[in-house]
Amino acid sequence: MSALTKADIAEMLYEELGLNKREAKEIVESFFEEIRSALEANQQVKLSSFGNFDLRDKCSRPGRNPKTGEEIPITARRVVTFKPGQKLKAKVESYVGTE
Amino acid sequence: MNQDQLPPKDVELAVKMMLDSMTKALTNNQRIEIRGFGSFCLHYRAPRIGRNPKSGTTVELPGKYVPHFKPGKELRERVNASLTKA
Repeated sequence: MSALTKADIAEMLYEELGLNKREAKEIVESFFEEIRSALEANQQVKLSSFGNFDLRDKCSRPGRNPKTGEEIPITARRVVTFKPGQKLKAKVESYVGTE
Repeated sequence: MNQDQLPPKDVELAVKMMLDSMTKALTNNQRIEIRGFGSFCLHYRAPRIGRNPKSGTTVELPGKYVPHFKPGKELRERVNASLTKA
């Protein structure tokens, strides 16, 4: 099964909501851009029943090039983490697949 | 969201439908790949013996799937750049 993409989501909005293709494409694009902009502004994003996108500031720490064993410092950074909501977790938990 | 052309009601519904389609994909163990944003997939958690911290009794916890998100390059870079700007 191939991955769900922005094109698939836009197609779904086109078919089920009756938006034209351009509108559908734009709304999908601005949805993800809105989340990116908020996170870029150091603002947590909470999507009810889906999950939260949180920000974490990491201190610098010593790292290592696993190939050469050479020590390289890992700089301090800000990272995004996703914490799935209860509803999403419950829906996904019971997946019994063949893979 | 800046959607001048669409009534707020439509935007609200569209957002709900987008989240629903993403939830549905993950429920079927279908990956989600959004270029420049990130990807979602399921990770398997092996069965384990858990413990009720109150009573101390052991409980068998079956294997399960949990949602996982990996931020994409653009999101990673923009968020990290905000650290030095602030």
